[in-house]
Amino acid sequence: MSLYPTDLQYSKEHEWLRVTNDGTAIVGITHYAQQQLGDIVYIDLPPVGATVEQFKKMGEIESVKAVSELFAPASGEVLEVNEGLLNAPEAVNKDPYGKGWMVRVRLKDKGETTRLLDAQAYQAMLGPTGH
Amino acid sequence: MPPGLKRTPLYTTHLNLNAKMVPFAGWDMPVSYPSGIIAEHRAVRSSTGIFDVSHMGRLELRGSAACSLLDKVLTVDTPRLPVGRGRYTFVLREDGGILDDCIVYKLGPERFLLICNASRRDDVVNWLVQWMPPEPPKLIDRTEGTVMIACQGPTARDTVVGLLDSDLDNLMPFGCSELDVAGKRILAARTGYTGEDGMEIIAPAEMSNILWERLREKGATPCGLGARDTLRLEAGLRLYGQDMDTSTNPLEAGLARFVDLSKASFIGRDVLLMTNERGVTRKLIGFEMVGHSIPRHGYAILHEGQQVGTVSSGSYAPTLNKNIGMGYVPTALSALGATLFVDVRGRPVEAMVVRMPFYSRTPPVASVRR
Repeated sequence: MSLYPTDLQYSKEHEWLRVTNDGTAIVGITHYAQQQLGDIVYIDLPPVGATVEQFKKMGEIESVKAVSELFAPASGEVLEVNEGLLNAPEAVNKDPYGKGWMVRVRLKDKGETTRLLDAQAYQAMLGPTGH
Repeated sequence: MPPGLKRTPLYTTHLNLNAKMVPFAGWDMPVSYPSGIIAEHRAVRSSTGIFDVSHMGRLELRGSAACSLLDKVLTVDTPRLPVGRGRYTFVLREDGGILDDCIVYKLGPERFLLICNASRRDDVVNWLVQWMPPEPPKLIDRTEGTVMIACQGPTARDTVVGLLDSDLDNLMPFGCSELDVAGKRILAARTGYTGEDGMEIIAPAEMSNILWERLREKGATPCGLGARDTLRLEAGLRLYGQDMDTSTNPLEAGLARFVDLSKASFIGRDVLLMTNERGVTRKLIGFEMVGHSIPRHGYAILHEGQQVGTVSSGSYAPTLNKNIGMGYVPTALSALGATLFVDVRGRPVEAMVVRMPFYSRTPPVASVRR
């Protein structure tokens, strides 16, 4: 799989969004983000039923050395949380776009996704250091 | 690269291995290699990891006055130290506060090597100079002309012995030996900062790459400062600047066994004697998080809603698969099993006081005390 799948949209804060036909979307962090963080040891996600707002903090992700904030790439209501990450946070490092998925949200406004980057633009943003 | 950072002899090697580099005590050091901190930590616990620790201070003292100067400034009985032996020890201020924690090796009757923290090297040098007698020993700072590689793990000694010299297999823990390899003088010591068995090797800087490569060829895993920190924390080893500093004394830090109060005289002795008699008012405890959060340096330790201490060191512990930490709390709250709370970014999370070391490579014997 490509480091930055083309069927996803990306935020400047290194989250990705996979929009599905039913008006929901899945959120995670990118390959670049997990690589920068290093071994992830704890993830603090919003609970089911919580409201998240685009580009606002929705949780925290901790690596051995540091704590980072997670920002929602789109607004909506949290429908599902990847509970498996509580005991196996390393899934985010190993498979950031698959088993490392974090939450599923019901999108408030699909139009918000115009504020996100496509794979090409995201990679361009990373520049020569991102790979 | 930020301007002004010092580079060890292995700097280019770390870049070639794609290490993540960070500034540490004025040096540009590898925090981890692409394998990551947890994999490196596990390599040390299961086989052999190698660390570039060349940033640490290496101070040689020579001459008839070397022993007495060290005996004055260190908490170890220096005259009684045998040749070929090292000891973990403290340099104390007159008020008993810790100026640095070091290892001192006696290489010869009038030749010593003092290994000190990178961040404290200048302070230790100045302190030694300050206390020199009128006919002083010779002080040679060996730091920048040498490389220091720590080789740690269950197979580390075999790796080093196989590489350097079979006689090294006879070294006792904290024993040291000088040997000639290809015409160059190398010091090998059976010491480390990970809780595993292993060796630390000091060699002329020009040997750095060949030593590192030969160790890697023998299967050693390069490890950075990130894994060094998680390993030492699990082993209950204190870090100067976090768990100890000039405002703490060895008794509070739970390291009284490295202070020889029966020694007739050393700087800081009087205050420590008094403290020993009165008892310490606070203690460095080890704790384990009960709630699912990671304690970090600087987080408040709470008791009944009030701050009673501060986390000095804290991290996820890969071998234990727990979150652990250290911090000073009032003696009354330091009992094993006591409940405390850690303020994790605004939330109080439950923790429990536990015995240190958190991890031991040999299971503790029932009669051994904390």
